[in-house]
Amino acid sequence: MKNIQSTMAGTVFNIVVQEGEDITAGQTVMILESMKMEIPVEAETSGKVAKVNAQIGDFVNEGDVLITFE
Amino acid sequence: MSEKTAYNERLDEKLTNIFAGGHSKYHEKMKEQNKLFVRDRLALLFDEGVYLEDGRFANCEAGDLPADGVVTATGKVGGQQVCVMANDSTVKAGSWGSRTVEKIIRIQEIAEKNRVPMLYLVDSAGARITDQLDMFPNRRGAGKIFHNQVRMSGFVPQICLLFGPSAAGGAYIPAFCDIVIMVEGNASMYLGSPRMAEKVIGEKVTLEEMGGARMHCSVSGCGDVLVTSEEQAISEAIRYLAFFPANFTELPKVIESRAAKEGRTLEAIIPENQNAPFDMYEAIDQLIDEDSFFDIKKLFAPELITGLARIEGQAIGIIANQPKGKGGVLFPDSADKAAKFINLCDAFGIPLLFLADVPGFMIGTKVERAGIIRHGAKLIMAMSSATVPKISVIVRKAYGAGLYAMAGPAFEPDVCIALPTAQIAVMGPEAAVNAVYSNKIEAIEDPKERIKFVQEKHQEYKEQIDIYKLASEMIIDEIVAPSNLREVLAMRFRAYSTKHVPQPPRKHPVYPV
Repeated sequence: MKNIQSTMAGTVFNIVVQEGEDITAGQTVMILESMKMEIPVEAETSGKVAKVNAQIGDFVNEGDVLITFE
Repeated sequence: MSEKTAYNERLDEKLTNIFAGGHSKYHEKMKEQNKLFVRDRLALLFDEGVYLEDGRFANCEAGDLPADGVVTATGKVGGQQVCVMANDSTVKAGSWGSRTVEKIIRIQEIAEKNRVPMLYLVDSAGARITDQLDMFPNRRGAGKIFHNQVRMSGFVPQICLLFGPSAAGGAYIPAFCDIVIMVEGNASMYLGSPRMAEKVIGEKVTLEEMGGARMHCSVSGCGDVLVTSEEQAISEAIRYLAFFPANFTELPKVIESRAAKEGRTLEAIIPENQNAPFDMYEAIDQLIDEDSFFDIKKLFAPELITGLARIEGQAIGIIANQPKGKGGVLFPDSADKAAKFINLCDAFGIPLLFLADVPGFMIGTKVERAGIIRHGAKLIMAMSSATVPKISVIVRKAYGAGLYAMAGPAFEPDVCIALPTAQIAVMGPEAAVNAVYSNKIEAIEDPKERIKFVQEKHQEYKEQIDIYKLASEMIIDEIVAPSNLREVLAMRFRAYSTKHVPQPPRKHPVYPV
């Protein structure tokens, strides 16, 4: 099972995709806020979102799984 | 006459055997792996496929060890004389015997004496264990190869093309080169093979995961350029070499200028909102000659871009924050990446262009434990001690030590240029207002009043760090309209091309590692 991990530590600023949605490689799935910057998180591969593991405002660390693919 | 013919026959027979390399089954195996025979690699690399070979008859009496598994040669690549060592993996898997090692040492000595670049075409299983006493521990054993590489580092360019394995001690050949080009799927680097890892430490892992080309080019940082074929590896090596002089005493050649790529203007590319991401590659394209960019470590620490390019035909090295990747924040890996790249350019007289849009070095437990301070020190030391022409351009924000790392005014750039969007400060407005007024902000009960207060303070802060105020104080040297930046850079790099900085009398600094 593939998934999308956080690229750096920060808080979840916006979630752009929903559970059940098909996403393509390179698509922005979430925006983090870190170091006062908006950090887009992109999908490395295409797939269908099974679960979004974070909510807006959550602190996430580098390497945390943000989105699980089906 | 008949006697002479007999001599020639013997020579022809020997040469035929040598040129054929190892057993045909190994040639078949190479074909299956999309690998080229060593002599085909050399034919592609050298201009018109012409080269002089030394030690061709090494171990020719052994029968099954043609050239003792390595071809050492000198010839021209892109018009530049170079020396090359190239493993032949059809001969005992490219392993090193005593003559293999001696041949490599001798071609390095030729490169050093003639002050020309040295290329290593690596595809080798490592030491020939059966020959270890003759090739491993002695004065002219394999260790001497690495010792020579260290001596030659910064003296002549050293380039590694990795076509196959580079195992155990042999993995230090790429490690001491200026650049490592790796072929995906075939190239690998490791100290202990997966089989050894399983036996010795109990770890079960694939070669690709542990020492594959993609892993090294994106995770470990041991690889610099990931390519999909051997032909591409060779063409990339030729393209890379063209940026460099033959040795440190010469300067890179200036070639014919080309216009920048057509595209959106810098004004359109760079968002005014300091916190919004944009793609720095698109901005770089507007500054450099079209198609001249040579990306180094593209997949490793992508929050910082390092690459060679040309501006009006002049070779330069670019260090640029990438706001699109991790906000352009500096991490331990990005600091390492920049430090090595700056050292490389400085060694061979390639001027440096810093494009700053940096919120600072990353903070938090994870990076502190990783030693971000000492990694950052490496970058700052490399940048600070570089004496090639250095131009610092503040594209948008340059906060905190980020300003220092990107060749800020204190580090003697030849000029510090700001775009009108530039913002230089210890920290950004939001963080600064929070730091100074957090108690006061919390004490305001009415939310509207609170927002109003914060906005006022933001405005005051922005006025304090207004870029014209910094220009008035001569902190920055020039404010340039984005549409003029390419022309200004080209003129300034030409103006600084005779720069000379005497070195302080000492042996060498104590390098942070």
